[in-house]
Formats: sequence, structure tokens, C-alpha cells
Amino acid sequence: MTQSRPSTTSEGATASSSPRVELDVERIRSDFPALGQRVHGHRLAYLDSAASALKPQSVIDAVVKNYSEDGANVHRGVHWLSQRATTALEAAREKVAKFMGSATVENVVFTRGTTDGINLVANAYGAANLSAGDEVLISHLEHHSNIVPWQQVCERTGARLVIAPVTDSGELDVDGFERKLSERTKIVSVAHVSNTLGTILPLARIADLAHARGAVMVVDGAQGAPHLGVDVQALGVDFYAMSGHKLYGPNGIGALWGEKSIFEKMAPYQGGGGMIRTVSFEKTTYAGLPERFEAGTPNIAGAIGLGAAVDYLTNIGFAAVAAHEKELVRYGTKALAAIPGLRPIGTAKEKVGVFSFLLENVHPHDLGTILDKRGVAIRAGHHCTQPLMKRFGVPATARASLGIYSTRSDIDQLVGAIREAQEMFS
Amino acid sequence: MDDLRELYQEVILDHGKNPRNFAFPDASNCEADGYNPLCGDQLTVKARVEGDVVLDVGFQGQGCAISTAAASTMTEWAKGKTRSQIDEMFELFHSVVTGKKDADEDELGKLAVFGGVAEYPMRVKCATLAWHTLEAALAGKKEASTE
Repeated sequence: MTQSRPSTTSEGATASSSPRVELDVERIRSDFPALGQRVHGHRLAYLDSAASALKPQSVIDAVVKNYSEDGANVHRGVHWLSQRATTALEAAREKVAKFMGSATVENVVFTRGTTDGINLVANAYGAANLSAGDEVLISHLEHHSNIVPWQQVCERTGARLVIAPVTDSGELDVDGFERKLSERTKIVSVAHVSNTLGTILPLARIADLAHARGAVMVVDGAQGAPHLGVDVQALGVDFYAMSGHKLYGPNGIGALWGEKSIFEKMAPYQGGGGMIRTVSFEKTTYAGLPERFEAGTPNIAGAIGLGAAVDYLTNIGFAAVAAHEKELVRYGTKALAAIPGLRPIGTAKEKVGVFSFLLENVHPHDLGTILDKRGVAIRAGHHCTQPLMKRFGVPATARASLGIYSTRSDIDQLVGAIREAQEMFS
Repeated sequence: MDDLRELYQEVILDHGKNPRNFAFPDASNCEADGYNPLCGDQLTVKARVEGDVVLDVGFQGQGCAISTAAASTMTEWAKGKTRSQIDEMFELFHSVVTGKKDADEDELGKLAVFGGVAEYPMRVKCATLAWHTLEAALAGKKEASTE
């Protein structure tokens, strides 16, 4: 699917010394059955991938195959169906570990998603290692799922939640972040990419600063993984949580990678089947990684679907994903900037394809409804980042977000529908 | 644009843009804050009530055209009405915006323009936020939420 060929875009003047890796976007689009439908009589312009990405046929097939053919529970089953399901589940773990750049497989735990992964770290690491007066440092642009679990664990332990500032363009203020670090900082937890603004955070730099203070570095990778890929070793972080459904995979599945030396010392926070070595009423001993953090029957089909999703992305390659997205971000930023009365929120230099904006005279929710009627799917609201909304002094924004199947036509359709909404509310 | 005009009728666009009673009445004696956690819309309704009658009512806050227009038309309508009249109208209004009943201009007057909301289940809470808030104020509660 990856191919090198000269640029064929209309603005093809971007000469590059290295061969340009391009996505065959039409081919990719044909892999996503949901894109073939019409919405209210219009071509679907799906610009809500930051909420959930659509799924390619290969992911759907992998899930269906598991339910159709294997369908049995994993581990400890001596029968054929169970063995097959177990093999497929563990193969998926290997794929995900490789995708995340992990040197080993056992420190990749399947979760319900990013939220679940962060809760796991907050509870299994945070609660055990924080005491009164310690600090957990997050940033002002975090999603509620990277705020609330820390607030909860701070409440329980007497630790303090500290917030690093964000600039007017929506970038992390690294100097401000550094000033918020202290000898009491035990955990730093930030997003790889802001779900509301698209800002890419300088993770490697943040990790260095955190580690210099002896803090553990946790990453909310819900938005980072689908746009940038993950290389936990290059990033130098200690925990990285991601979600399947933002990565063109199934809902209700995600993965948490943890630095092995830290992860293997952590006590489990959920008890149940599958995570034990021996159980008696007097004492239970726990299984090692990853099982000790996977109590209960896992989301087997989901994990297998996630494996198929990372296969799909790996085949395309993130160089191609990034090149495609960069061009669209440029195109989209320009197209939106040309709309009078449109105020972009989040203008970071390093950003992925997430466009948050406000429109004079048109409330984001009205815009969302009008766009939907024209086949354009965007999201309107606070995007689970209420503190960030407050930082920018707005109650809500409209947000259009890109995926690997996005095209200029999607953006053109968005712009046309925005113009129509403006006309209606003029 | 016709399909959208079912929802965004002239009256709604007008009241959304230029809300009436967009100020608190003098000597108000009951109030409540309304909040729609789904979208962050927030408004405060204050009223002056004597006995059983709402003598004056107004609101402040921020919201989409639907919720602003709903608050505006509600405050226009509610002046001089008794609590039981307001309860009754809210019940009727709620049935209409949720599609359980057709909008009848004879019963609803200007409020009939919200009939189009029934086609947009995600927007029902926008149309009812102000009503929930007025009801809360009259019931002596401080807060209303559409959740």
C-alpha cells in the first residue's frame, strides 16, 4: 500500500530530496466500508476520527472470524477452539508490543482503552507510591481521562495535583512545566497529542525533565498513537496508554505499555480470574506480567481486532500517514483561515489534523447539526477538556479531525457547509 | 436549505440572535441555574413570583440558537402564567420536542416552532434546558440539569 512516486498534488512545488512517500488514499478509502454510505443524501465527510476512527474491513473481518470460528475462552483451555483463540490473542499482543516499540511482549497489558490504562497506573502505581505532600504534574490541555484518575488518587493519598500551563497557541509551555516540577513531583502524566487542539507535545523532552526529578512519566496516547505511531523507547517514557477505537480498531479495547522494571513490581489493583498463580482462602499469589493486570476474561475479539488494526497501519507506514496528514493540515488550516469570522483554537506549530474553531454568530452545536445535514460529521462541545475550554474562555468549540482516509474533498465539503451555516445565521 | 429550515425556523433564528428577556427582572424572588453537561450550555433563570403567578421572568447565559430561542420564547410566554399553567405547557412542549405529539399552533402558539426539534433527538436537551431551569426555580431548587 505504501508507494513512492513524485508528488501529484496541485501544489506539487514541495520538492524534497528524499523520495516522497504517499498514501494511496482512494485505495485506503475503499478499505473502509463505512465511507461508502451517504448521509442525508450527501457524500459522507467523516471528520470525527479524534472521537472514533472508522474501521477497515480487515479489522472487522478479524473480529468476525474470532466470534465465528473460535469464540471460546482463552488460556487453560485444552480444547482446539480455546487453543486457537489463545494463540490469536497472544499473537495480537505481540503485534501491539511491536507497534509500540516495546522490546518485550509481557509488559503490554490489554485494557478497555486509554482511560482504563491511566486508571490502572493511577491506582496500581500512584496509590502505592504517593503520599501526602507528593505531587502529580499534568498539563492544562489534558482530557478528563488524564485528570480525574489523578484527582481521585490524590484525594486518597493526600498528594497534590499540579497543572503545567499552556500557551495561547495551545502548546505546552515547557518552561512553565519545568517550573512546576519539584522534588515532590512523583508522577508526570501528559497527552502525546491534545485531542482538542491537535498539539503534539515534546514527550522526549518532558520525559527527560521528569526523570531528572525522579518522577515516573505516564502518557495518554489516545491521540498520539493513531497520528504519530508509538516508539516507547525513543520517547523514553514509563507508561503509554492507548485505545483501539482511535487506532482504526474495535471499541472497548486498548493497550497499556509499562517500563518492565516498574510494571513488574506493581501489585494488581483488580482481582479475579486469570490474574492469579494460586488461590486459597488464606492467601493468593499473583501471576506475573501481563496476566496480573488482566483480571477476568479479556476482550478477546477486541484484542485480535486491535492486532489487525496495527497490522493495517504498519503496512501503510507512519511516514506515509504523516506526509498525507501534513499536507491536509496545511490545506485545511488555509481553507479555514479564509472563512471570515472563524477563530481557530489551537495553532501550535507542531500539530496533527485536529481543527478546533469557533464561528462568529454560529454556536458549535448549531453548526454540528447543520454540517451533519450536509454529510459532514464533526464534533461540537468541550471534548472532555473543560479546564482547557476555560483556559481559552470558550464554553465549547467545533472540532473537525482527520484520519488516514481524509481527503481535500472532506475539507472542501466542510468549508462549503460552514459557509451555508453562516448564511443561515447571518 | 429547506430541510434545515424545519429546525431553524425564522422565529428560532430571530430569538436565538436577539433573545427577549435577556436580563434579570427587578426584584426577582426565585432563580435557578440550568446546566447541560453534554455541551456545557449554561443559563440562569430568575423570576418574580407573587402567589402562584409569574409576574416577570428573564434569563442570562450562553447556549446554542435552539436553547437560547427556547429560553427567550419561554420567558415571553410565561409572564402572567400560573405555576400549573407552566407545568402543563412544559409537559406539552416536552411531548412535542420528543416527537410524542405533533406541534399544534392552537395549543402552543409561538412555541410550536420547536416542533422541528423532534427530528433531532440530540437537540431535545437544548430545547428543554430553560424549561427545566424555570421549573427548578419555581420549585425552590437551585439547579437544574438536563442529565
